[in-house]
Amino acid sequence: MFSKILIANRGEIACRVIKTARRMGIKTVAVYSDADRDALHVEMADEAVHIGPPAAAQSYLLIDKIIDACKATGAEAVHPGYGFLSERAAFAEALAAAGIVFIGPNPKAIEAMGDKIESKKFANAAKVSTVPGYLGVIESAEQAGKIAEEIGFPVMIKASAGGGGKGMRIAYSLDEVKEGFDRARSEAASSFGDDRVFVEKFIVNPRHIEIQVLGDKHGNVIYLGERECSIQRRNQKVIEEAPSPLLDEETRRKMGEQAVALAKAVNYDSAGTVEFVAGQDRSFFFLEMNTRLQVEHPVTEMITGIDLVEQMIRVAYGEKLAITQNDVKLDGWAVESRIYAEDPTRNFLPSTGRLVTYRPPEEGENESGVIVRNDTGVYEGGEISIYYDPMIAKLVTHAPTRLKAIEAQAQALDAFAIDGIRHNIPFLSTLMQHPRWQSGELSTGFIAEEFPEGFSNPEPEGETARLMAVVAAYIDHLQNERRRAITGQLDRVIDVEFESERTAVLGEQSFPILVSGGEEDEVIVSFDDEEQPRIVESDWVPGEPVWQGLIDDVEVVAQVRPILNGVQIAHAGTLSAARVYTRREAELAALMPEKVAADTSKFLLCPMPGLVKAISVAEGQEVKAGEPLAMVEAMKMENVLRAERDGVISKIHAKEGDSLAVDAVILEFA
Amino acid sequence: MKNILEALEERRAAAKLGGGQKRIEAQHGRGKLTARERIELLLDSGSFEEFDMFVQHRCVDFGMQNQDKIPGDGVVTGWGTVNGRTVFVFAKDFTVFGGSLSETHAQKMVKIQDMALKMRAPIIGLFDAGGARIQEGVAALGGYGEVFKRNVMASGVIPQISVIMGPCAGGDVYSPAMTDFIFMVRDTSYMFVTGPDVVKTVTNETVTAEELGGAKVHSTKSSVADGAWDNDVEAMLQVRRLIDFLPSNNTDGVPELPSFDDPTRFDMSLDTLIPDNPNKPYDMKELIQKVVDEGDFFEIQEGYARNIITGFARVEGRTVGVVANQPMVLAGVLDSDASRKASRFVRFCDSFDIPIVTFVDVPGFLPGTAQEYGGLIKHGAKLLFAYSQATVPLVTIITRKAFGGAYDVMASKHIGGDVNYAWPTAQIAVMGAKGAVEIIFRQDIGDAEKIAARTQEYEERFLSPFVAAERGYIDEVIMPHSTRRRVSRALAMLRTKKAEQPWKKHDNIPL
Repeated sequence: MFSKILIANRGEIACRVIKTARRMGIKTVAVYSDADRDALHVEMADEAVHIGPPAAAQSYLLIDKIIDACKATGAEAVHPGYGFLSERAAFAEALAAAGIVFIGPNPKAIEAMGDKIESKKFANAAKVSTVPGYLGVIESAEQAGKIAEEIGFPVMIKASAGGGGKGMRIAYSLDEVKEGFDRARSEAASSFGDDRVFVEKFIVNPRHIEIQVLGDKHGNVIYLGERECSIQRRNQKVIEEAPSPLLDEETRRKMGEQAVALAKAVNYDSAGTVEFVAGQDRSFFFLEMNTRLQVEHPVTEMITGIDLVEQMIRVAYGEKLAITQNDVKLDGWAVESRIYAEDPTRNFLPSTGRLVTYRPPEEGENESGVIVRNDTGVYEGGEISIYYDPMIAKLVTHAPTRLKAIEAQAQALDAFAIDGIRHNIPFLSTLMQHPRWQSGELSTGFIAEEFPEGFSNPEPEGETARLMAVVAAYIDHLQNERRRAITGQLDRVIDVEFESERTAVLGEQSFPILVSGGEEDEVIVSFDDEEQPRIVESDWVPGEPVWQGLIDDVEVVAQVRPILNGVQIAHAGTLSAARVYTRREAELAALMPEKVAADTSKFLLCPMPGLVKAISVAEGQEVKAGEPLAMVEAMKMENVLRAERDGVISKIHAKEGDSLAVDAVILEFA
Repeated sequence: MKNILEALEERRAAAKLGGGQKRIEAQHGRGKLTARERIELLLDSGSFEEFDMFVQHRCVDFGMQNQDKIPGDGVVTGWGTVNGRTVFVFAKDFTVFGGSLSETHAQKMVKIQDMALKMRAPIIGLFDAGGARIQEGVAALGGYGEVFKRNVMASGVIPQISVIMGPCAGGDVYSPAMTDFIFMVRDTSYMFVTGPDVVKTVTNETVTAEELGGAKVHSTKSSVADGAWDNDVEAMLQVRRLIDFLPSNNTDGVPELPSFDDPTRFDMSLDTLIPDNPNKPYDMKELIQKVVDEGDFFEIQEGYARNIITGFARVEGRTVGVVANQPMVLAGVLDSDASRKASRFVRFCDSFDIPIVTFVDVPGFLPGTAQEYGGLIKHGAKLLFAYSQATVPLVTIITRKAFGGAYDVMASKHIGGDVNYAWPTAQIAVMGAKGAVEIIFRQDIGDAEKIAARTQEYEERFLSPFVAAERGYIDEVIMPHSTRRRVSRALAMLRTKKAEQPWKKHDNIPL
């Protein structure tokens, strides 16, 4: 086996590869840019080599730097992770030329599958079911129109070199084909430097299902079941699961065998993924093959018990696959959420900055057979930088059934505390509770269809609201008990007692309750309209961001954040400001007028005397809340001023280089 | 006998209605609670002992003799407990003669003030009133004077807290102004010496009551208020929270609460708090929250001079005052406003034996004509004075910059810091590298290469904590993650601190 490998990547995937390598007794070398000096993968690896400035094009994408790093450290092989150089045939070739093993497929396979048109030709030859379409290079909009009529509407026009939705157009009519063709072509040219596009049939209500394959250098290829990744936002996967709730044994086998046939056709000799688009009728068509480890590979690992990175390393070393197709058994269900640094309530605007709080849920298996796994590359106090993918972590839960895996995922999300930057956990939590997601009736349009107005945190209802009221009551009780212990109290003629009759107010709802201490550390909360009191046990203490405990012996997890006279609770995809009052306090609080949110001025004012270093917007430009508008330097500090709300810039009053006084108008909104 | 007892109940019931149901409803209609409702929220339930419920005015001028006499005369006074600790309270009753101050009204306040001082317990005043009762003339003014004098007598002996929960104008403003803290309720309270009508007559300025003296103005612009809350309920519950932080008087020491937070807890994330780029700000509040018990921080003057942070927190369950430069605002520079804000806070803590923890990241004093004309020298001197005269335990942590005179001011060893720590990222110097090199090596200014070399030399030698540590100005260079543990242990050791000032009538702080 290799004695030392280099990981030509960063973030969670670099950490994940290092973990397996370490378990296999292989030494690891990390590479890092200036922005990753303090990154977790650097800390975890046995050695680390600096490879340049933050921009990926000047560091992680430089083949020579990676090869130099291998030579300097004596690494015998390179794992590329995903992204960056993972699907560059030139990289694999350069490594080979330098006598270093590429932990991935052979360059020919990468090349063959890297081109969408080429790969379809291979797929057709291997009798893989493909979407009806035209594989040749299309010269003109007229030709595209003709092809579209032949295969039937709707059709999709797509960049040959593309990915991630760029250069992609859907057309329902001939006119739309013509328009879409030009647009797709120019987008393809500007995004990929390659203006070739192709046309294919567009599947209505499609689902994204992919097959994991694994091959060795001895001609063996097996498939490890499927993953469904239909929950996507703008073609970016958000939630993945394995297996797929759509497939039956028969379809699974058919898809798997076709994937293996395709892999064999290109002598595939590593882990790879064959992506299919599937109709609701379980028809499926080949989409593309990814010749690398996928982001979502953990769900496959969880249901097969196979460490894909280990297998990649072994086959790269030349070992024969020790697993046969018959050994592959799918066990239980796994769900993965991608946790991103983005603000779901502000149209998923990326968020960067310091992770003031980062407390992932506890990993490992619990007594009911639920496994929680968190693949991450960050730590509390770390930074989400502007230079790379804003993924914070991949949270995976595995359980015997799909619903149990979803339930575990929801709970793990509730236990995942992140602060300092905005993140999508509230959105993911809400998704987990969505009945259509739970029923498994998915399509790639799910998010657009179910959240047409975007996302805002829902208020809790029903039993969820009651559980949150119980949590709030518990916290209030704990604090009150402590307050009673303050020093300097008046000699007690009358003991200070906190009234046990209280009212828990959550947003608009209020619950009359009775709170008292029970045996040992138990707290008993009875709702006036319920017969059975609820018994709460928890070892939560103030200051902890996650409340975890048993309510009537059922585990409940919620995020709790102190607010004035209360606590903000996030649980099961809902969010509410909870206050536990005495009955009298509640009565008086109800008399208080509701505060209208302060009118955010239409002016951006300079918050301090300073020098305008940059104006990042132009007059007439539409901006989203959170977008940077200007940068003002004061006392040599660079302060980025951001839009407080969505709007259009009507006038810009200041320019770069201006010295402004405090409250000087920088720009004006319409 | 029974009749007599019932008569008492009837009189009480009448008194408790104040100006009557209609006025109570009007008060609610304005989004405000009545004096007695506010007291109910403020004190432990059932703990209020009311005094002088039946006091009535004795005015016979301008038709007052013909008006109904309302028992209580516009102010509710008494005492009770907040989490078992005695506090005295008076609350202006807007439903009775608009809460206006009469001779007897003032006498009720004075009685409570005298008792609070005698009992060495905090006093809380809730203001919602129309000023002096004009019909009473100089008798009302005399009443104010009596109240003012007692405010001053009690200052530095017992905490005095004022909450403005409605109008507070004219003579009414000066009693709160002399107390330790003023809080306001947003949208329903205002405070000014002369109201919009007089302003219009005298200066021809058109201004609304809210613009002239609303909670926003006083908590962000004038610094008259120490904080603002959304409504009466929030305000009263927050005052309870504040009382839990405050000593009852200047000799009892800070109250103690059981703490759930391990005083030796390491916080590894603090090791990355200081950005690599010295020109990038970071949030000092993160450090405060991660060092103090359970992240619980009661900020004072949050909206004013945000380049410095002041407030109360606990370490090992015991109250500390926190003063910290805020690099997020104006790089944490000291200007006149910040100096005034922090000096008043430091003096409050010193008066009441509250240890002070100071976090330093200060690039110096703010230059410019606005500052100099505004008296930066004297305002800056206030903070220097306040720290220098403080005899309470002073623990100081320099996280990054401590430049120039501002280094001395921020509770340095030289002016009385007891335990002074620095993070390895600290830069303790007269000024930053660029400015320093341009002065020391003026002759090399034309030579970029030489200047660069000199700058590097300066940075290596002076932009570190070690020059100061070599001289003992810094007791120890500490790891950021160990800050809580270090601060806790320092405070524990300093509990027995005894420091005395020479006898003096009082000092002469540069006011």
